[in-house]
Amino acid sequence: MIKFEYFPRQVIEAGGNRWDWALLPLVLSALVLLAFGAAQMSHPYQIGAPMPIYLDPAYLPYYLLRTTLRMFIALGASIVFTLVYATLAAKNRAAEKVLIPLLDILQSIPVLGFLSITVTGFIALFPGNLLGVECAAIFAIFTSQAWNMAFSLYQSLRTVPGELQEAARIFQLSGWQRFWRLELPFAMPQLLWNIMMSMSGGWFFVVASEAISVSNQNIKLPGIGSYIALALEQRNLPAIGWAIGTMVIGILLYDQLLFRPLLAWADKFRFETEGGETGQSSWLLTWLRRTERLQFIARGGLKVVEKSFSLFRREYDGTSIRARPQPISDKWSRIWDAGIAALVLFAVWRLVTFIHSEVGAGEVARVFLFGFYTLIRVLVLIGLASLVWVPVAIWIGMNPRWADRLQAVAQLLAAFPANLMFPLAVVFIVYFNLNPDIWLSPLMVFGTQWYILFNVIAGASNIPSELRYAAQNLGLKGWLKWRRYLLPAIFPSFVTGAITASGGSWNASIVAEYVTWGNTQLEAHGLGSYIAKMTATGDFPRIALGIGVMCVFVMSLNHFLWRKLYSLAEDRMHF
Amino acid sequence: MGKEIDTMTDTLIELKNVEKRFKSADGMARTVLEGVDFELQDGEIVALLGQSGSGKSTLLRVIAGLIQADGGDVKYRGQPLYGPANGISMVFQSFALFPWLTVQQNVELGLEARGVSQDERAKRAEAAIELIGLSGFEGALPRELSGGMRQRVGIARALVMEPDVLLMDEAFSALDVMTGEQLRDDMLELWDGKSTPMRGLLIVSHNIEEAVLMADRILIFASDPGRVRAELRISLPRPRDVDSVEVRALIDQVYALMTARAPRAGKAAEEAVSLHLGYRLPEADVSRMEGMLELLSEEPFNGRADLPKLVDETDLTDDELLPLADALHLLGLAQLAHGDIVITPLGKRYVENEDVRQEIFGQQLLAHVPLAAHIRHSLEQEPSGELPEGPFLKLLRESLDADEAERVLKVAIEWGRYGEAYEYNYNTGVVHLPEGEEEAEAE
Repeated sequence: MIKFEYFPRQVIEAGGNRWDWALLPLVLSALVLLAFGAAQMSHPYQIGAPMPIYLDPAYLPYYLLRTTLRMFIALGASIVFTLVYATLAAKNRAAEKVLIPLLDILQSIPVLGFLSITVTGFIALFPGNLLGVECAAIFAIFTSQAWNMAFSLYQSLRTVPGELQEAARIFQLSGWQRFWRLELPFAMPQLLWNIMMSMSGGWFFVVASEAISVSNQNIKLPGIGSYIALALEQRNLPAIGWAIGTMVIGILLYDQLLFRPLLAWADKFRFETEGGETGQSSWLLTWLRRTERLQFIARGGLKVVEKSFSLFRREYDGTSIRARPQPISDKWSRIWDAGIAALVLFAVWRLVTFIHSEVGAGEVARVFLFGFYTLIRVLVLIGLASLVWVPVAIWIGMNPRWADRLQAVAQLLAAFPANLMFPLAVVFIVYFNLNPDIWLSPLMVFGTQWYILFNVIAGASNIPSELRYAAQNLGLKGWLKWRRYLLPAIFPSFVTGAITASGGSWNASIVAEYVTWGNTQLEAHGLGSYIAKMTATGDFPRIALGIGVMCVFVMSLNHFLWRKLYSLAEDRMHF
Repeated sequence: MGKEIDTMTDTLIELKNVEKRFKSADGMARTVLEGVDFELQDGEIVALLGQSGSGKSTLLRVIAGLIQADGGDVKYRGQPLYGPANGISMVFQSFALFPWLTVQQNVELGLEARGVSQDERAKRAEAAIELIGLSGFEGALPRELSGGMRQRVGIARALVMEPDVLLMDEAFSALDVMTGEQLRDDMLELWDGKSTPMRGLLIVSHNIEEAVLMADRILIFASDPGRVRAELRISLPRPRDVDSVEVRALIDQVYALMTARAPRAGKAAEEAVSLHLGYRLPEADVSRMEGMLELLSEEPFNGRADLPKLVDETDLTDDELLPLADALHLLGLAQLAHGDIVITPLGKRYVENEDVRQEIFGQQLLAHVPLAAHIRHSLEQEPSGELPEGPFLKLLRESLDADEAERVLKVAIEWGRYGEAYEYNYNTGVVHLPEGEEEAEAE
């Protein structure tokens, strides 16, 4: 779908223009690097064999390459998954009935939980090769990205404006043509935004997924995550510093080389046909658009898609008998419903027998209690973080000079894996001999509070200036100003931020409630530490139980709290 | 493909006894079209007029093949129509351009879908773009264009398909008046110049003048359920002059037809009409009604005005002014007769005494609008003097679709607030008696 027609720059030079020559070495070296990294992934390996990781900073670029490769393979898989899954769910009612609730559940399963459950399976898939472990790590990153991308695409496909759909039907676009010409372009900005957020979130899980400890085995895949894990084990603070530096560079490179160009490109898919607000700009995109040779390749790709249009087209119009609508029979949909119901009943029965034979009802009750502890932590800390960040964010958002810059910083902070700060917390807690049940809790929101910050900054900077003048003019002051003006104005963006932060905090609880620094181990009572401990000992029934219970908690919280707040914000509080 | 279709008959589109029902959210079926017979003949321009919700847009979509009729026959050149056909194209109210495609790509869209080769596509698109006066804008994105230019793209996109029948769904109503008129004239020029293979043109419109200037035949729709209420043939040659006597007379006649009460309301035009609970209250805001009443009582009208003149005087469009006139008639503040609006003695009193306005409005509202009276009556029976809006919405949804039900309740609430019959809390969605009245009621 890449089109570069809008920068017609006819440079008549047989050997391409100067941009071509500048780009050539860049492209070639990128290809060589990728090939090298990929070759390293498939490597003979036996479980238990030592895998050397070096803390020498000279290895960091290589580790960054390996980690980046993993993230992009996961991203590729997520995109393919999203296209298939969301399209199926949006177009097929029978599939939708199963796929959408399933996605809702998958979304609330902690990412690290997936890792605990699947890693042995992946290892068994490629015996004697590192590829299995690689796959497990990639799968973990995939699970942190895929679900919200699929949701985003599904939502977009469902909300394609009615008149455009009618136009597509009047001009008799086939399903295939409609997807490429209407639906995917319409979904593109939202999808890209979600991909970007997912990639940011991915960093957090990279650290946790590269250094896998399963069934008392420690496996460290070469990568930034393992480097950090080793530095934590060896209490090497300078190495952690180097790792932080490398990650910042990595995040900046992603931003400049990938996301900014993509966002700038996707600007043309914005649906508002009004001109108005100018979109993103990217030096790289401008550069690429001026590069003849790349344009040539892009046009070639585009041609293929357009060729496919004449292949997959409607061959009859509305006067043919083939266009006659088939009476929809209720029978099959009833059979389908019955099938689903039977499957659910069977699963419930299996679940009950499983709990009864493997773990016992007492254990279930205990795990629910743990879940309750973690729930209290999440809610209290989101509340505290809001108390701190909402006023700060409003202040920043109302100062346009700061808003843009600080919003970018907050996004960077959100991408930054908070696990790096955990050692500090351990030292602090041990030194002052504090209660880990209370003092480990802040770690859960450490990485996720930034979502509240940057969403509210965005919300505050979008308050219409007329409203601002009116509030000034009326002389609103003190509590009244907050209650009647500022808080309602930022409420929708606050809710969006808090939902993301809450989801992230549940995920983080698995690492935040169970922290190690060298030989020191701190543990808080909660569902996260329960899952972490059971993963370390390889007790699969209990891992499954822990994950299941967390899933129940997250879904209930989403259903009973966040969705209500969200619809309140949608209904009553927007400009 | 389209070639095998019988092109010998003179009837392009033929509808017989068409029915359409929609299922509302609560599973209730509502009839939107009932027993509609319609024909579009070769060489004919037909305009569909009617108040919003009268089903004229639904009818257009049935003809476009976008919606399946629930009963009756829909035929295009003698063949049954199950979906969008090659010979029928459409221009949309809000243009429906694909914002990520350039003007040329938008125009080529339908050809591309049909598998026309790229060179052929470019050639035909070029011709259509030229025809509609967009040369030079081929590479522009829709967002770079003004509204009028965008609709030109919409028209070029439809014409490039060389349609037999062109459907226009209020195609000029999203444009400013001047641009709309310009585009309409261009369209007529195309039609009369016979430079396109277009054989029939069907327009849905809000604008009476537009319909009179364009159409060979005007069909006026009545609502609940939608059906053809009146038909008017116009045999004046085009181009027609708005200021000519014949055209003025026709416009007057259409206004009279549009504002005439449905036959079932009887001849009780003297007293305000008796309505049912689910009556579609016209979209009329109170301050505009007041403004219109004041205008009516002053020079040069002195209490009686010709509706088209009033349209000129107020700069309102037909679909803004007609609901106001309708509302004033409903409330007994003015009367509609033969395309004229006449202020009533009560209306005069209303204009003259600013202090009693809200009181009169409230009285008339409770006397003539059953929905308002029902809301007030139900509230009075509550000790707390309040009720959620839900049950009222539900009642309306039995005869209206969800959006329309909400709109009607909103109008009833606005009028009720002004007439101090009841109040409404937006945040809680509760209707209640005005402050200070509930204690009195509870005694």
